[in-house]
Amino acid sequence: MSTTVLTVDDSRAMRDMLRHSLVAAGFRVLQAEDGVHGLEVLETETPDVIVTDINMPRMDGFGFIEAVRKDETRRAMPVLVLTTEVDVEKKNRARAAGATGWIVKPFDPVKLIDAIRRVAA
Amino acid sequence: MEDPMAAIRETFFQECEEQLAALETGLIAMENGTADSETVNAVFRAVHSMKGGAGIFSLDALVRFAHVFETALDKVRSGSLAATPQVVGVFLRAADVLEDVVNAAREGGTVDEARTAALVEEFSHINDTPAAPAPTPAPAPEAAPTGGLFEDAVPPSQHWEIVFTPKPELYAKANETALLLRELRRLGPVTVTLDAGRLPELNELDPEGAYLTWNIALDSECDEEAIRHVFEFVEDDCELTITPPQSVGFAPGTVITGDNGFKFEFFPPPEMEPEEEEAPACAVATVAPAPVPAPHEPPAPPAPVKHPAVEVMAAKAESAVAVTATIRVDLDRVDRMIDLVGELVINEAMLSQRVMEAGIARASGVAMALEELEHLTREIQDSVMAIRAQPVRSVFQRMPRLVREVAAQTGKQVRLVTEGEGTEVDKTVIERIADPLTHMIRNAIDHGLESPETRVANGKPAEGTVKLLALHRSGRIVLEVSDDGAGINRARVRQKAIENGVISPDAQLTDDEIDNLIFLPGFSTAAKVSDISGRGVGMDVVRQSVAALGGRISIASRPGQGSTFTLSLPLTLAVLDGMVVSAHGHTLIIPLGAIVETLKPRASDVFPLDDHISVLALRGGYVPIVDVAISLGYCEEFIDPEQSVALLVEGEGGVRAVLMVDAIHGQRQVVIKSLEANYRAVPGIAAATVMGDGRVALILDVDAVVRNARSEAGRGEVPALEAN
Amino acid sequence: MASSMQTDADNRELIAFRVGRQEFCINVMMVREIRGWTAATALPRSPRYVKGVINLRGAVLPIVDLAVRLGLPGTEPTARNVIIVVMIGHQQIGLLVDAVSDILTTNDNNIQPSPDVSSDLVKTFVKGLLPVDGRMISLIGLDNVLPAGEMEAA
Repeated sequence: MSTTVLTVDDSRAMRDMLRHSLVAAGFRVLQAEDGVHGLEVLETETPDVIVTDINMPRMDGFGFIEAVRKDETRRAMPVLVLTTEVDVEKKNRARAAGATGWIVKPFDPVKLIDAIRRVAA
Repeated sequence: MEDPMAAIRETFFQECEEQLAALETGLIAMENGTADSETVNAVFRAVHSMKGGAGIFSLDALVRFAHVFETALDKVRSGSLAATPQVVGVFLRAADVLEDVVNAAREGGTVDEARTAALVEEFSHINDTPAAPAPTPAPAPEAAPTGGLFEDAVPPSQHWEIVFTPKPELYAKANETALLLRELRRLGPVTVTLDAGRLPELNELDPEGAYLTWNIALDSECDEEAIRHVFEFVEDDCELTITPPQSVGFAPGTVITGDNGFKFEFFPPPEMEPEEEEAPACAVATVAPAPVPAPHEPPAPPAPVKHPAVEVMAAKAESAVAVTATIRVDLDRVDRMIDLVGELVINEAMLSQRVMEAGIARASGVAMALEELEHLTREIQDSVMAIRAQPVRSVFQRMPRLVREVAAQTGKQVRLVTEGEGTEVDKTVIERIADPLTHMIRNAIDHGLESPETRVANGKPAEGTVKLLALHRSGRIVLEVSDDGAGINRARVRQKAIENGVISPDAQLTDDEIDNLIFLPGFSTAAKVSDISGRGVGMDVVRQSVAALGGRISIASRPGQGSTFTLSLPLTLAVLDGMVVSAHGHTLIIPLGAIVETLKPRASDVFPLDDHISVLALRGGYVPIVDVAISLGYCEEFIDPEQSVALLVEGEGGVRAVLMVDAIHGQRQVVIKSLEANYRAVPGIAAATVMGDGRVALILDVDAVVRNARSEAGRGEVPALEAN
Repeated sequence: MASSMQTDADNRELIAFRVGRQEFCINVMMVREIRGWTAATALPRSPRYVKGVINLRGAVLPIVDLAVRLGLPGTEPTARNVIIVVMIGHQQIGLLVDAVSDILTTNDNNIQPSPDVSSDLVKTFVKGLLPVDGRMISLIGLDNVLPAGEMEAA
């Protein structure tokens, strides 16, 4: 009964890092490299939690969260924003887009896992 | 790489390389005025992404510098800072420093603190808010802000009362009251009473409405900040009152009954629970979705369907990435494949030879099937080689920085124009063109271009142009570096060559030949030893390293109009088109690229100069003869010209010689095998290959042989160059 | 290095072979394979003991005529000669010998120091003597079998 986490990040190093931390913690990990790709993954997968970056090519994190929330069946899907952005304006934009929570990079794997467990029902 | 963190770190630095390249490209577009908003975004993202990754590995210097850089870029992105040429200039210099900082982080070296500090200072001038985070021992800007609401804090024990009324928006963002309660529970024992006074009748109930108020008593040592953290994501989407009460909360395990008969049971704080979250999560889940149309009940997420193992799914997700983009393959695997295909080619050739020896007719089914096999083998070989082909862009992208640096050092104004960046060449070649290109460009700026004053005085624009061009020509890659400078000062070159004993004072040289003297050993064209080009490496070393790759380099110059360096290299270092010859019974391969023409010499055209040296009269000139068998020490006896075949070859710098061999056995593509791997370099031999009969044949190092012959011939005694 | 003959292991396996009328042995751990003689391609400007190179499954393998290397009369190889492929550092080389004669298990106590009267060549290669059934087998080290210096750099 492992929790499935979709990570959306354009950096391979960050994706690898997330995968490494989350798999070790017993999560099942799906990966996407930007918002467009994330939506493609959601066509066939139903993760328990999404962790997304903000600054990405093609479709950024804001657009991705908005698109996720537009879909009736995904309105209850927790989305955590993983970003280096610290200023309030971006946090608020993520919140307005429908983010469930956020984690500031560089993340502590323990905090990240804790955060995921908190929002995962 | 066994250590996963080391592997991720390596991935990070690979990405840094890509991002630095993207940064450079974007900034140059901004400089040229061809940038759009996406360019600025991409530039921002590159720096931002490096900063993010650097944080994982605690590369503080990188985080700090990237942060300052990013802050300025973000201002441009948001329109609060105009990308003036001055600002872009700072960005370009910052990109160079960033590259140094990345390299220092990668190799554990140090950075030039003065240089980073100077740029941080420049940034502070262009940033509206002058004081960006301090560059030096100050903590990383990222250190203070932490993750959302996930911080714990432990000041004195207090008893809290919390009134929490969610708004519908809270649920729209996939936040769950139950989960918030679960979080609170981590802070200490929690008692909840539910005020459902606003809950409408069932038929008036909006399934997405929010009607409940939660009165929560928390017994915890935490401070208010910690409680606010729990609600941080939802603070705008609920009404929240937090007051420190005096009463002790309910003990764990307390069961309370809400107004509407809802039952809540509370579990002990997390310290006393098993680490696994499954149990408490389930327990709370029984609490939250009340048996009545609960207010926070948008269509529930489908129960997670259980899938196969994590690794499998993760792999699938990655393969999805592969469809849209590219895959990364360990070069060793590709090289192994190239080796195997090389062996396949050899085996195929051996099989063909055996079949022919067996006297099977060319029109037979076996022979035709073999032909098909040969065709397929070649195609596989080409395809495998194509895997390693890469555009020269990665090398070209390093050059703008070089140009900026050399321009700054020489006080010249330079514009770099590049063309043909998409030209593909084998990875092994790419890795080895950077050095020669660097030298050619340094030379073009340092020696080719005039000072701005001189240029203006000569009616040229103050800014000189250096053009870098890549293209494919007859199975080779050609790289050209041209400048619009003064051209080679032939009188000075000639004078220098005579002083250094490179040519005799009365040697008759064409302009082209004089120009190419700069590639001869010990030759420095600069009247004074320049700090730029004179880094201990002359053009002769460049020429030799290029020759070692089976390449050629030459220069053409027009006085007052500039010079063009031309570098030509094979597209791959793994296979070679060669002429199979025999010398004193030994099979040898001569690279086809070096052969100008084959000749059938007449004895009357051969003129011995002494016991060792002969020249061949060819179209009114004389070309030194190299008896290949003697040159390689196979025999002492000079070959009978009438019984031999002569190959006119051209070495580096257009130096020609005639190679005498027993016979020519045709052309073929051969797979290059290193002699150094198990033995060592052999003078006069470039490499080895395996022939159709399974035997090893040696590939002649034409340049070495020609060079050797010319030095034996002695300078000035022989008409030095062919006069055609 | 795997090729070191000074391992402290009590028991070691040695492969013995004949070169001319003498018998030599090397540590079996160095041996990759044993194959029959195939014609080698001569290398220009190489020492006389380097017979040339052969194709070993796509790799170019230099062949050392061990007889010449040890200062004995050279071998005129025939199909009956044997090439012992050994690993020295990161390089594979083939040793041309007359025949493989034995596989021995011995321990260091049985190995006697080589007498001080031998020539420089013998001193360079012979690490000890091993009496076996009345025969005297010379244990040789291969670290210097190819020209020194260049091999390290390769």
